[in-house]
Amino acid sequence: MINLEFIINTLSLGSLYAMLALGLVIVYGILRLVNFAYGELIMIGGYTLYLLTGFTPLPWLFVAFLAVIVSMLTSLATELVAFRPVREKSLTAMLITSFAVSTLLQNAALLIISPRARAVTLPQIFQKSVLIAGTDVPWRNILTILTSIFMLALLTLLLKRTVLGIALRAAADNFRMTRMLGVPANTVISSAFAISGIMAGIVSIFWIGRSASVTPTLGAPPLLVAFVATVIGGMRSLTGAVVGGFVYAIIISLLGIFLPPDLLEFREAFMFVFVIIILLFRPEGLIRSKTSVERVG
Amino acid sequence: MNLADRLKSFSTPLTLATGVLLVAVLTELLGISLLVRIVTVMFVSMILVLGLQLFMGNSGILSFAHIGFMGIGAYTSVLFSMTPTAKELSNANLYPFLIPIHLPFLPSVLMGALLATFVAAVISYPLMRLSDAAAVITTFALLVIIHVVLVHWDRVTNGPRTLFGVDYYTTLWTSVVFCVITIFAVYLFKESRVGLRLRATRDDAYAAASIGINMVMMRWIAFIASAFIAGVGGALWAHFITSFSPYSFYLTETFVVLAMLVIGGPYSVSGAVVGALIVTAAREILRAIENYVNILQVFPQGFFGFTEVILAIVLILILVFRPSGILGSREISWPRFVRKQKATGDLDQPSAGVQGGSHV
Repeated sequence: MINLEFIINTLSLGSLYAMLALGLVIVYGILRLVNFAYGELIMIGGYTLYLLTGFTPLPWLFVAFLAVIVSMLTSLATELVAFRPVREKSLTAMLITSFAVSTLLQNAALLIISPRARAVTLPQIFQKSVLIAGTDVPWRNILTILTSIFMLALLTLLLKRTVLGIALRAAADNFRMTRMLGVPANTVISSAFAISGIMAGIVSIFWIGRSASVTPTLGAPPLLVAFVATVIGGMRSLTGAVVGGFVYAIIISLLGIFLPPDLLEFREAFMFVFVIIILLFRPEGLIRSKTSVERVG
Repeated sequence: MNLADRLKSFSTPLTLATGVLLVAVLTELLGISLLVRIVTVMFVSMILVLGLQLFMGNSGILSFAHIGFMGIGAYTSVLFSMTPTAKELSNANLYPFLIPIHLPFLPSVLMGALLATFVAAVISYPLMRLSDAAAVITTFALLVIIHVVLVHWDRVTNGPRTLFGVDYYTTLWTSVVFCVITIFAVYLFKESRVGLRLRATRDDAYAAASIGINMVMMRWIAFIASAFIAGVGGALWAHFITSFSPYSFYLTETFVVLAMLVIGGPYSVSGAVVGALIVTAAREILRAIENYVNILQVFPQGFFGFTEVILAIVLILILVFRPSGILGSREISWPRFVRKQKATGDLDQPSAGVQGGSHV
């Protein structure tokens, strides 16, 4: 059961979930905002793929690049229009806003495109597979792993070596202090949303790569995955998000093998019971951040 | 306390109940069946919003779980109220021991509400320690868990398929009576010892703890009470709509109820009532436009989602410009709006000191 195919599939799923979780955590780290609209960024990436592959002759790689850009711009726009005005008010206001933005984007897709699923044309390579050590490994999975390694390296470089990256990390540790030292809050927050949008855009390519179709409600499943992965890994740490993504993929794959079929349907419920247990007994997740969230009780 | 004073302290729920009754009488007099349906659903929504207000308004914690409890109330009550033949027709997989159970309407509603209460009581105590993001994710997780169970436990709920054959019991006046009772209950809770203590923890958790208030216990009581109300709301809704699936109790419904509460004003009972009224009216007007455009076939792909888009935009605008809703923390009361103590809860700017200690 646990053979090379299983390992590569799980690794590929894990790297996808790691990117997914990173996009959510980068905003959470700074604003303490659990962005319910994050899933919709993936949906919008998917629709960009659908529209550009279906109605323009642009090459696929360029279309994929544009999908990432559109996701990023949408993320920036939601920050500017919806989150910035309520940022100073309260966490609850921001959470309800993100829920409203999510509903807004989802229904806008319904209104503008269609409630029905749309097929997305995928490039040849997404259907092909390669023979490694006697097992057929889909190229899609290899590409997911390679992309996530590349993105993680890029993000690490950005966070460790650039001024913006240092400002982002400082803001995640202590936002008030960072602002007092002259780092403009808007720049930091916008950058976080931009990175979050880029991650969502990249995830959308591979997520659509699995289903080959897009619907207005596409964003819900990845959002739930991102929630679970970030809680497992630790809401405050980027390393935690990556670890959480992989742990989630491993747990879900193992449950797929060992859980009896009757209970398999309830897999998601088990994952969320796990989330509640973690929040109760180890709210900092697997990877503890240097600063911990203030909690009462 | 003489009678006048006694009435004065019930001014708010009496005014709200009068308003509710007026709307009901007007609807009855007009006698348009579509309007009767809309108003009945509105009163059921109002019950749900009031239930959410009881927890959210007093504790300041956002809860996503309530629509889940509504679902539990709906399915449980229906299992008690349906005739054995209807059950066999609607759900072939139903556990045999559930088939012969058959109770009248009111006991069924009570059973639905009690099971929702029981589930809430058993699982929520440890969750009440959490605040902010952790609290939101756990209540969201609860909603997902309840949803997954409703969708996949087909031996009870008929799975993702629609359950039909429910008897129609919830008339306009049933919903009005339950709504008026809920208004009084939620108001009395707010003004009760538990309600006051809970609001104290909302305004300043540390100060409240320092005078010996057990925040977790207060939140727990409120959560249980609001799950009971959500259960009642779900049961009433089920016996009005008569056929439904688990997808009725998920994010779309959560969004509507949350929008009603936030637009009306989460810190007052009046806010919940006004929010349900305004949002229902707005939704029906928008829905009518949506249907009209669909009939005209202006857009080839159809015109769906318009109502939700506008509602979401209004909700964002309210959060930006009037974060404590239309009413803020005020309660409507005869003969004038009486300004209550300013709530310093989550949605509003957290203010440091205590403002206006008078309690009119």
